[in-house]
Amino acid sequence: MSLLEAKAIDYRIDGIGILDAVDFRIEPGELVGLIGPNGAGKSTLLRLLSGIARPDRGDIYLDGEPLADISPPQRARLLGYLVQGARAYWPFSVDKVVGLGRLPYQKWWQQESDEDRQKIEQALRITETLAYRNRVVTTLSGGEQTLVMLARIFATENRLILADEPVAALDPYHQLHVMELLRQHASGERAAAVVLHDLGLAARFCDRLYLLSHGRLECSGSVGEVLTADNIARVYGVDSRIDCNEKGVSVTPLGRVSDHHP
Amino acid sequence: MKPAEIDARLLYAVLASGLLLIFALALNVGAVDVDLGRALADAWAQKTSIESLILLDIRLPRALLAALVGATLGLAGAALQGLLRNPLAEPGIIGVSNGAALGAVIVFYYGLAGMAWFALPLAGLAGALLAVLCIFLLVGQSRSVITLILAGVAINAIGGALIALALNFAASPYAMQEIVFWLLGSVANRSFREVQIALPFMLLGGVMILYCGRFLNALTLGEETAKSLGFDVPRLRLLLVLGVTASVGAAVSVSGNIGFIGLVVPHLVRPFVAYEPRRLLAASALVGAILLLLADVAVQTLPATTEMKLGVITSLVGAPFFLLLILKSRNTLV
Repeated sequence: MSLLEAKAIDYRIDGIGILDAVDFRIEPGELVGLIGPNGAGKSTLLRLLSGIARPDRGDIYLDGEPLADISPPQRARLLGYLVQGARAYWPFSVDKVVGLGRLPYQKWWQQESDEDRQKIEQALRITETLAYRNRVVTTLSGGEQTLVMLARIFATENRLILADEPVAALDPYHQLHVMELLRQHASGERAAAVVLHDLGLAARFCDRLYLLSHGRLECSGSVGEVLTADNIARVYGVDSRIDCNEKGVSVTPLGRVSDHHP
Repeated sequence: MKPAEIDARLLYAVLASGLLLIFALALNVGAVDVDLGRALADAWAQKTSIESLILLDIRLPRALLAALVGATLGLAGAALQGLLRNPLAEPGIIGVSNGAALGAVIVFYYGLAGMAWFALPLAGLAGALLAVLCIFLLVGQSRSVITLILAGVAINAIGGALIALALNFAASPYAMQEIVFWLLGSVANRSFREVQIALPFMLLGGVMILYCGRFLNALTLGEETAKSLGFDVPRLRLLLVLGVTASVGAAVSVSGNIGFIGLVVPHLVRPFVAYEPRRLLAASALVGAILLLLADVAVQTLPATTEMKLGVITSLVGAPFFLLLILKSRNTLV
């Protein structure tokens, strides 16, 4: 059974179609990449899949159950969502930010339990952020902040992680670190879906790709099936060179297609 | 680098004992010197004496109201600053204070205040509720906090304008003076009736606010993340605003407008709870009670021919103090 499955999702904002009959599924153990040009509907699809917004039409099932029927706290324990450009509004210590990932397990009168503290410690260790656990999160670099936000997700121990452009604006070191962490997570019963703009990272880390364009699913499948020069020219409007070797796949944009209208 | 954090139990113990101490001090202060020991002994023996009357009917309700109103304003300020993620928010920002004040002013204007002792507090509560109802009608389904703030500013302005209108057409200079003095804010000459009518709403509102503590923590990472952590954001936001309305509406309707407590107290407390909005709530309530009791002791001990109003001293001290806080903390505010 798919961990998450969406069938024929429609979504409109003020009468304008954002998503049109999009299908999506993710199996246990998979790291799935969502790619497509700006405004293709990737972030919207992720928000719908995470349950924080509802589609106008279509069904979403989480572990076989309709997503809308799962109580929000239960949903929060199953599925973690990393918003694009996540930031903290108060100068919290790193510890405290990661501790927010334990909220789905606490009742309104409860404080952090020993188990909570143990999970926080573990999340800090996985993301290699233990060294600055006592620092104020807003004073950290962008890369460090992303790792802390990811640690917050790991502290919840979700089966499914949905991350919206977690590596945007990060240096190569932190890009690789974040992708490796998501890759590690997506094994056994667990899985992750990630919105990416870097096609090289998508090719290198993801098991399958979904290519969106203008709110429609252009194609989906293995990296080799989706990342073809034809698809990239049609959807992104750029001619590109795709090199495959034992180190991975690299996509080099060469120039804009002359008759492309985004 | 880590913000000074005090163990929660120690912090609450220190604040609670401070509150008890200042409460006892407040009972000792008044227009005449009273032997509190004798007053207590008489009260215990159910013997009516001047001392026991002053203690039980004048000083105790006054000190209780000062503590309750201060706690309410501190708690509500902390709640709204957490909800709006804006350190400049205070109970007035969602129109509650002016709404309650307008309700009270209308009662004064038509001379209803003397007709029934509960007319004033009930009108204040009704005004606060009406203001918040207007705001939610204005905001509608909007998801933005900015809309909430702007609607609050608009409703506040309308409330202020209507209060000015009532003052303009006040029946007599005496009525006008009564309204103005009431608006300045005070807990003098109150009885247990005021405590009785305000306390249930303050408790109800307080529990509603405390229930939202986890939600306020989650909001530290924004509304989308709070939703993904399992919080029903629109419902909890409504609950929190209603909690603030009930408690602050009750506070304003028994004490008038007392400014700056709700704004300043959370700033004072925040560094001691490591900026955590949830822990800020109870600590701000305690500090608010302490500060308003201190202010009420101050107005009673300052040598003056007419007693200074409580709301005047909180603004006089609060405003420059707030400026100082902003200057000191502008580098740590996000």
